[in-house]
Amino acid sequence: MSVQRNRVRQARAVEAAMKLVTGACAAAVMLSAAGLLGYLLVRGLPAMSWSFLTGMPLKDPPGIWPAIVGTFWLTVGTAAFALPVGIAAGIYLSEYAKRGRLTRLIRLSIANMAGVPSIVYGLFGAALFVMLLRFGLSLLSGSLTLACLTLPVIITSTEEALRQVPQDLRQASLALGATRWRTISKVVLPAAAPGIVTGSILGLSRAAGETAPVMFTAVFFLTGLPKSPFDKVMALPYHIYIMATQPVRPQPLVVWGSALVLVAGVSIVNVAAAAWRSRARKKVRW
Amino acid sequence: MSESSEAKLDRSSRAATRRAAEAVVGRLISLSGWSAIAVLTAIAVFLASNAWKALSDPQVGLIRMLTGTSWYPTSTPPLYGFIQYIIASLRVTGVALAIAVPIGIAAAIYISEFAPARLKGIAKSVIEFMAAVPSVVYGLMGVYVLGPALKDLFGMQSALTALSAGVVLAFMALPTIISISEDAMHSVPSELRQGSLALGNTHWQTTRKVIVPAASSGIFASVMLGLGRAIGETMVVLMVAGNSMELTWSLTTSARPLTAVIAGEMGEVVQGGLHYSALFVVGLTLFVVTFLVNLAADLVLERQRARWRR
Repeated sequence: MSVQRNRVRQARAVEAAMKLVTGACAAAVMLSAAGLLGYLLVRGLPAMSWSFLTGMPLKDPPGIWPAIVGTFWLTVGTAAFALPVGIAAGIYLSEYAKRGRLTRLIRLSIANMAGVPSIVYGLFGAALFVMLLRFGLSLLSGSLTLACLTLPVIITSTEEALRQVPQDLRQASLALGATRWRTISKVVLPAAAPGIVTGSILGLSRAAGETAPVMFTAVFFLTGLPKSPFDKVMALPYHIYIMATQPVRPQPLVVWGSALVLVAGVSIVNVAAAAWRSRARKKVRW
Repeated sequence: MSESSEAKLDRSSRAATRRAAEAVVGRLISLSGWSAIAVLTAIAVFLASNAWKALSDPQVGLIRMLTGTSWYPTSTPPLYGFIQYIIASLRVTGVALAIAVPIGIAAAIYISEFAPARLKGIAKSVIEFMAAVPSVVYGLMGVYVLGPALKDLFGMQSALTALSAGVVLAFMALPTIISISEDAMHSVPSELRQGSLALGNTHWQTTRKVIVPAASSGIFASVMLGLGRAIGETMVVLMVAGNSMELTWSLTTSARPLTAVIAGEMGEVVQGGLHYSALFVVGLTLFVVTFLVNLAADLVLERQRARWRR
């Protein structure tokens, strides 16, 4: 009797201890994320001013306008290439593909694409877009490289969003005589749009923060605003890297200010996308 | 009469157009389905074809590259041995996993099994934030904050060492490990959990003896994906690892992992030259290693999915 009670007491003590240990690990992770954000704010906020955001890098005080514009256009270019192909591939996997060896191979490729190091995408882009296709160091080469890197995220999130649309909706549309594509374009895609948009924005915001893939395909340390897709551009992540590692004239204010702008931009877009999705989900009920 | 036949014709031609459009759209969509295979194949082909020059060069070649320990592209003959860089990648990745695996799995257990619902939601958003922070910002934290702190803590010669880079990489691997492990534990059918609790097991006993074993393949996959992320990460090691070419297993000295070699030298090489080609050999090595790691993760995850599919 007392042996049994002891064992129960022991099990409870172990449980309490493990709860504490695992909780401490979770807390440590959360706190370090909060620390990262706090540190960025403390170091970056003093840099924020109108002239910093909209000024040129070589002026005094220096600004980061060309880097913001470059990152913006790189992201737009990435979206222009990755969204049509990625969404179509997601539609294929969810609506057209049959279970089989080919589908399995496609899924395996997507999973592996997501794991290819970003620097390898950079090498690939340099070899194919910059060298072979002669696009040079340009917005176009960089966007195409980033589009390859973003593709798996967009395909996966599109497929997942489409799968959550109930079969009844498809069957009702088909029963009314609509063709397969009409059913997809008029019924399934609108219902899945919030998920697709949010997933795509997550993927694109990751592309916006990438440095290694654009290092030798698109960016240059100091250059003006791009006038055509064949111009090289400045980009925020690369600007941060160069400013942080150059031994002469380090400018901590510019570095931390740029980092804050990059993280804030990415986070605001992500949060807005997530908020929009949850609102859209509340509106549509199956 | 004529009007109705015209309408009929109109309708049938419209149907024909629509059918044709349908076929075209279907074809385009099926074609896009191949995009992932096409890009992955293209990456392999372009890496291999650009690496060929160095691989086939009698003075360089794969064997000499993989067994040599000095990388002097400008000496005569040029030396492209990169064992020291592979070891550097292992040192940095080892540190990252030694920190991120235990902490990540423990945090995932807490979030999945113990945390109240509201805390769970907050934790998931925080982890999403960590995953969304660009790598160059983590590099920045390593250079300015973590590196100097670790230098003082361990009395290292420099702030930029394998240890510093590994610690920063651990932060980057954590969101991957936590979110996939948590997913795996969350998707264990609740009947198993309830069955174990009904038999009188405590929550911890249930976690240790039922949930974790049932989710083990997902947890393994999360570690593999975290490993893949750590091996392939470029900006952090370029900024924080210190770029030393020395062959050593020491953690408190500088290191130059494979990714940093490519990022550091690619901008300075003659395009199409031997050095350029040698960098593609390094890239090909990275590609093969991460491919195998991800393949392992994917096969295991697929098995897990098949297990709970109902």
